[in-house]
Amino acid sequence: MSRKIKDIKRELITFLLLLPAVFVCLPIIMLVTGSVMSNGELRQHLSPVFSDALDYISWKIVPDYPTFGNYGKLLFMTPQFFVLFWNSIKMVGCILAGQLLVGVPAAWAFAMYKVKGSRALFVLYVVLMLLPFQVTMLSSYLVLNKLGMLNTQQAVILPAVFSTFPVFLTYGGFRCIPMQLLEAARIDGAGELRIFCTIGLPLGKSGLLSAMVLGFLEYWNMMEQPMAFLEDKSLWPLSLYLPEITWAQAGYAFTTSIITLIPAVFVFIWGQDYLEQGIIFSGLKE
Amino acid sequence: MAKRVVGLKRNVKRQKTGAKGHKEMRAFFLFLAPSLLGVLLFVLLPFMDVFGRSFKTVVTSQFVGFQNYKTIFANQAFQLAVKNTLRFTIICIPLLVVIGLMIALPVSKLKSAGTIKSLYLFPMAMPTATIVIVWKMAFYKQGFLNLALTRLGELTGLWGAVHTDYLGSSASFWVLVFSYIWKNTGYTIVLWLAGILGIPNEMLEAARVDGASERQCFFKIVLPNLKGSLYTIVILSFLNSFKIYREAYLVAGAYPEQDMYLLQHLFNNWFVNLDFDKMAAAAVCVGGFLFVIIMLLQYLWDSRD
Repeated sequence: MSRKIKDIKRELITFLLLLPAVFVCLPIIMLVTGSVMSNGELRQHLSPVFSDALDYISWKIVPDYPTFGNYGKLLFMTPQFFVLFWNSIKMVGCILAGQLLVGVPAAWAFAMYKVKGSRALFVLYVVLMLLPFQVTMLSSYLVLNKLGMLNTQQAVILPAVFSTFPVFLTYGGFRCIPMQLLEAARIDGAGELRIFCTIGLPLGKSGLLSAMVLGFLEYWNMMEQPMAFLEDKSLWPLSLYLPEITWAQAGYAFTTSIITLIPAVFVFIWGQDYLEQGIIFSGLKE
Repeated sequence: MAKRVVGLKRNVKRQKTGAKGHKEMRAFFLFLAPSLLGVLLFVLLPFMDVFGRSFKTVVTSQFVGFQNYKTIFANQAFQLAVKNTLRFTIICIPLLVVIGLMIALPVSKLKSAGTIKSLYLFPMAMPTATIVIVWKMAFYKQGFLNLALTRLGELTGLWGAVHTDYLGSSASFWVLVFSYIWKNTGYTIVLWLAGILGIPNEMLEAARVDGASERQCFFKIVLPNLKGSLYTIVILSFLNSFKIYREAYLVAGAYPEQDMYLLQHLFNNWFVNLDFDKMAAAAVCVGGFLFVIIMLLQYLWDSRD
């Protein structure tokens, strides 16, 4: 009997937790609905925005006449959209590849070699990781200006490549490798680079992947950097272009939102375990 | 056999202090070099330049001492921005920490929490630009929030139609708070969960056998064991609190309602207007302040164990 009550209680708790969770995801559902609504229906729902009347905007979870018209228009009649989409892909790809090349060896150095001064350097990295973009905005601008990189995509890519956040995350993964394993490899005569490639990379994979997943979500969403350093709108990523769409083109805004969202959702679903691990790694004590 | 292993170990130890130490140092710097050079070139050296500029005028580069610092501290926009940013941080971080814990505690007792965790984490994956249109629809003066409030008023008969413009009044600050909590609750839950599940079950069992109530277990065992998680959550929430600028900018532009005017707006506007002298001084101040806070937190955490 008491077991039954316990079961009911557990189900009730699950339900009570699920309710706000669904509420949290409501905005996504609205975006999906909006993207398959016809323009006429959208205008009808959103008419108070245009007319300044006192009635409220309305919504339907299932549209009366679902249509992929806006998708068609976006994908086949807006070549400009592809330029921006490609910009986003290119910048995020370059940043992540650069972070792999630069950040992973750095994380390995911090995790495996406890030499004099390494701790102080690591603390410096942590502080840099925590400084917001606005604090380093002027310094980035000065150096990019000197290198003649302003208004090119390198201005967004290069500073991000040397971000210290992925170093910190990958470090979390490397730290879980037992030292004895390295000692054994050294005794067997393996060089440091070989140890890094054959032991470090495979065993630190989860830390590395979590840095990539968190990095993707962060840079797919980046706004401050391109806004400050890219004047030419044809160089912008999608995330900056999207807000330029006005209420009058609401259907277009919903559709573009969904397409922007798709890669992020894909990475989220594929990498959720790494994402969680990354969040936990980011909290490991050095 | 055993003796030989011991001998081997001793051998390794001896090597480490001598030639090995040098070798280790070399490997350390070789692995670190690309990253360290980049950090020097893109962050540290230019920041020193900024530090120098904070004592000079912008056009003539004349040395003016602390003049720029005096200017920004007397600047009303700076005072407003600092006040709002502090207010935002002081309200949001405790709120986020508590909400996260309140959800994580019951979730930790469930057998399969995968779906719930994913649902709460999902906002983290949503690009800010895609969500702004929904926020506008919700907080517009004829939007969903007002619609819901009006219906509630009709139902209870306590108030009439509500037409608050949340984005154009002091309520806009709370819109920001809401959207911050919405986006960041997920990872807070994950961190709390990691902490809670890390507490050895035997400890709780033993306490229960000794007759401790659930309340006592929570306050005497669970909470004290979560201090490490708390530190992490505070640091990460703090880091992410600066990113609220995206929402604020997208919802209300570069010069929003004054309760929403954050340090990030100010930096951006100074940047656009080429007020590099003020910006340099403010960057040094904010950077220095953050450095002290981070060091203090690190110290507190280190002295814990």
